[in-house]
Amino acid sequence: MSTLTGIGKDALARIVAADIPPGSFVNLGIGLPTKISNHLPPDSGVMLHTENGMLGMGPEAADNQIDPDLVNAGKVPVTVLPGASYFHHADSFAMMRGGHLDVCVLGAYQVSARGDLANWHTGKPGDIPAVGGAMDLATGARQTFVMMTLLSRDGRPKLVPECTYPLTGLGCVSRVYTDLAVFLIQPDGVAVRDLFGVDFGTLTTVLDVPLIDQTRKASP
Amino acid sequence: MSRVAILGSALEAVAGIGDGATVLVGGFGSAGQPVALIEALLEGGASELTVVSNNAGNGEFGLAALIREGRVRKIVCSFPRQSDSWHFDQAWRAGAIELELVPQGNLAERIRAAGAGIGAFFTPTGFGTPLADGKETRVIDGRGYLLEYPLRGDVALIAAHKADELGNLVYRKTARNFGPIMAAAAKTTVAQVDEIVPVGALDPEHVVTPCLYVDRVVCVDRNLAMSGDTR
Repeated sequence: MSTLTGIGKDALARIVAADIPPGSFVNLGIGLPTKISNHLPPDSGVMLHTENGMLGMGPEAADNQIDPDLVNAGKVPVTVLPGASYFHHADSFAMMRGGHLDVCVLGAYQVSARGDLANWHTGKPGDIPAVGGAMDLATGARQTFVMMTLLSRDGRPKLVPECTYPLTGLGCVSRVYTDLAVFLIQPDGVAVRDLFGVDFGTLTTVLDVPLIDQTRKASP
Repeated sequence: MSRVAILGSALEAVAGIGDGATVLVGGFGSAGQPVALIEALLEGGASELTVVSNNAGNGEFGLAALIREGRVRKIVCSFPRQSDSWHFDQAWRAGAIELELVPQGNLAERIRAAGAGIGAFFTPTGFGTPLADGKETRVIDGRGYLLEYPLRGDVALIAAHKADELGNLVYRKTARNFGPIMAAAAKTTVAQVDEIVPVGALDPEHVVTPCLYVDRVVCVDRNLAMSGDTR
């Protein structure tokens, strides 16, 4: 199964970006989801929230723009856009928990067929647990998208009947964007919206999760 | 009701913080971390500390140095593990430091609750996860919540951009982070600032932390504080 080749990270980021409604307030998780910001059209009106206290975050800071007081959730120096605001941590998470963010996009170790998310801890003894804002984001945003590779490095599916890693949140994920397919987590089950370099029949043999074929006629 | 004390050194600003104290430490990584105050605390010799902070130190300065020197008995934080948290990692693996892991929003709200006189609160964050183990839960309108309690400090160490001579504070960019809520949540709040200005020089519309939360202020040269670590 490791011979399956889907689309690259930037192509996937472009697909996620195209699904974010114009004017949305969005939080992009550390790692892979950060790439989405590179593909948002300049006129999209999407405002980026970072949980360490800013709405209206700009791109990563270049050399002479670096300011140690202006960082994103990954502690990477960033810039600020006109119309931005700063706020303290309790306000930042009230924004999230209160349902004021339209979309958050997170990475994941595993997502279950019911939309349970595991992305903060491997659970292995000796691995230092670190949760950060993952649980708050997953349960607080109106829609939580996951962006990940469909298979782990050792070829095991990360979309699973039940998560075996420690949970981040219950039933919180609505869409899963992967290198091989885009999945919609629906009340009637997991639907496949897009396929990348794999056909529906093959995908059903890769995953232990029943799939509904809702593939779009013309995938991007 | 005590009025703010403007002090001449970071060492004076942290005077009286004793062994076993619970210390709220502002900052998100390095941004807003009151490095000069933490290093003065280190110099002052207090040990067996409980530290409440988002992270568990970066590199060799500030909170990382405090952990390296074995002064922290327990840390309450959301994200201890980072690429440069080697002193925490080592202490944790050696069993030399206790970790209470709290989701970042619950951490912030627990601190806020302490300053706002809230006895406890129900939050959806963490429900159904291992971090809810042992906590009281309740279903409200069909949604699961868990009960979280306030986090109070004996002392809060924070970094702000400017103080006026009454102790009103303004912050700078994302260095604000935990400062305003920690200032309200401790018996004694100590702020290191880049500049102290006369009363009236801060626009009341812009004051973020009103002076009644602030007990001690010290002006420090941040560049010196960051580069001055020679231990």
